[in-house]
Amino acid sequence: MKKLTALFAAAALTLACCTGCANLATNATDPGKQDATGDQGALDGKEVTINVYNWGQYISEGDEGSMDVIAEFEKAYPNIHVNYSTYDTNETLYTKLKTGGISVDVIIPSDYMIGRMIEEDMLLPLNFDNIPNYQYIDEAYRGAAYDPENQYSVPYTWGTVGIVYNTKYVDPADVTGWELLWNEKYSGKILMFGNSRDAFGIAEAMLGYSLNTTDEQELQAAADKLHAQRPLVQQYVMDEIFSIMENGEAWIAPYYAGDCLFMMENNPDLAFFRPEEQGFNFFLDAMCIPKCCQNKDAAELFINFLCKPEIAGGNMDYLGYGVPETAAKEFMDQEVVTSEIAYPGAEILSHGSIFMNLPTETLQRMEELWLWAKTS
Amino acid sequence: MKNKSSQPPAKCLRNRKQRATTFLFTAPYIIWMCVFILIPLGVVFFYAMTDANTGLFTFANLSKVFSPAFMKIFGRSIWYSLLASAICLVIGYPVAYFIARQKPSVQRTLYLLVMLPMCMSFLLRTLAWVGLLQDTGIINRFLGLFGIGPLHLIRNTGAVILGMVYNYLPYMIMPLYTVIMKIDPLLIEAAEDLGCNSRRTFQKVIFPLSIPGIVSGVTMVFVPAVSTFYISQKLGSTSTTMIGDVIESQFKTAYNPNLGAALSLVLMVLIFVCVGIMNRFAGSDTEGQVVV
Repeated sequence: MKKLTALFAAAALTLACCTGCANLATNATDPGKQDATGDQGALDGKEVTINVYNWGQYISEGDEGSMDVIAEFEKAYPNIHVNYSTYDTNETLYTKLKTGGISVDVIIPSDYMIGRMIEEDMLLPLNFDNIPNYQYIDEAYRGAAYDPENQYSVPYTWGTVGIVYNTKYVDPADVTGWELLWNEKYSGKILMFGNSRDAFGIAEAMLGYSLNTTDEQELQAAADKLHAQRPLVQQYVMDEIFSIMENGEAWIAPYYAGDCLFMMENNPDLAFFRPEEQGFNFFLDAMCIPKCCQNKDAAELFINFLCKPEIAGGNMDYLGYGVPETAAKEFMDQEVVTSEIAYPGAEILSHGSIFMNLPTETLQRMEELWLWAKTS
Repeated sequence: MKNKSSQPPAKCLRNRKQRATTFLFTAPYIIWMCVFILIPLGVVFFYAMTDANTGLFTFANLSKVFSPAFMKIFGRSIWYSLLASAICLVIGYPVAYFIARQKPSVQRTLYLLVMLPMCMSFLLRTLAWVGLLQDTGIINRFLGLFGIGPLHLIRNTGAVILGMVYNYLPYMIMPLYTVIMKIDPLLIEAAEDLGCNSRRTFQKVIFPLSIPGIVSGVTMVFVPAVSTFYISQKLGSTSTTMIGDVIESQFKTAYNPNLGAALSLVLMVLIFVCVGIMNRFAGSDTEGQVVV
């Protein structure tokens, strides 16, 4: 009898919760509560949820007084709810989408991955009528090689890859180039990229090869380099890098300049170095809509919102990555905009090269070699 | 017994009815097993035997698995897990014995305490060890106050084994406790009456009777430990990669489910072989009452 009562109580509680939720939902659609800046008629007030799948640490979330981009969006479009989740590498994103069974509306992959997704017919062409803020995107970032006709992607950020190191432990005389990551003096204190493309990119730059080589011998030589580095490497990391570098658990790591700036803010001992002579990766990350998208209109609204100069400015102000629209810069901290790390000059950028999509066989070979280099 | 033999037709009828009921009760599990175990196993097998690009039948994935590089990782995983199982046994046995010898109310509390860590996520518990052991971690900072260190506590084989022992120890204690608890105290009394000292009582009575618990404990630690991932990623170095981590990478980032499936398949066979050996070893022990 006691159990029966408990069961009823539980059922009643569940019911109460459901009605509660329903109430909340109706409140959300209440037009009187809509923000004045928002688009009142967006999607005819239909209640939708979009799934945004982005890199970790890649949107301003309101920490330390920064802008909370998603909250701003939800305030502007009260009938659109954003379900935000993150991935750690382009390859993880690709695998998730390829494996299927998920519904994602907006993704932000990098250049080469966009190229691959376009080639494998995984993206939907965007309706630019819904993205008027595309006008703010600088000419320099349009028509990039991965999406020459500007059909599938809207640039989100750009940046370069370099080395972040701890000046407390690393001798400035050793900071000469990518070989710092192979310096035995710092064995066990070196971190390395946890994804094949970035790791191979560094080895290739060091060996003087093209970052987009498909030559078997060059790939093998790069893999040998990475294999030789393995005993010195503390960990292969992606998003974990922040805490490891900030608290001095490791001293040297290659990473994306924007994130390096972020780390340097939290630990003033950290410094950034870009091996300009040897070459480095210059990347562009852009917003796309994958084929599994359920709410394309809402997804385009979201992309459009992120392109709004004040939003893009506030967002990148916090992230430290390059903003692809000049108009946004006036909404940013001038210290960030003039930072040579985030915004290197044209002369420096001319040494950088962008990753292109590679043939499937090359990619598979690279994964195989990568697995070999980091495990055996 | 007497009753049954005197009424054979009734027994037959009852048996048939019983069998039908048993079948009915097992049906949900059988369906469950087919849908969630057998069919997925078939899928794993299918992936392992097909080419990633063409989808045609191939042995290429399996032959890649049998390369020296992977075999080394398989060997390492098995070795680490055996070591972890042995340490779990050495630590877990006295604990289980101690718990089983307490008053029932105390037993329940202690048992709950053993289970308590399992209420928390395994990932979180492993990550907590990183915070403790790393060069800038809590232990090394504390030692640093006295001018000691930093000691290299993390990113070595020892740390990986520690992580495994820490995570899987409850799986060793649980079956041991259950078996030891059920040992009839009269048997121990009888051994003592017959002149055994406490060491011989343990050797001749308690230990042999607890072997089934040891076997299931070792199996329950070994099987998850050998296929584990994450522990070695977090606590190990770049030369302690385990096979679980390789399999994870094939499914998570490398997008090579075919190789991943082949690795899983081989791992599964290896686990079956290992468990089979362990069981056989135990079987002969209990039957012959041989003390190791």
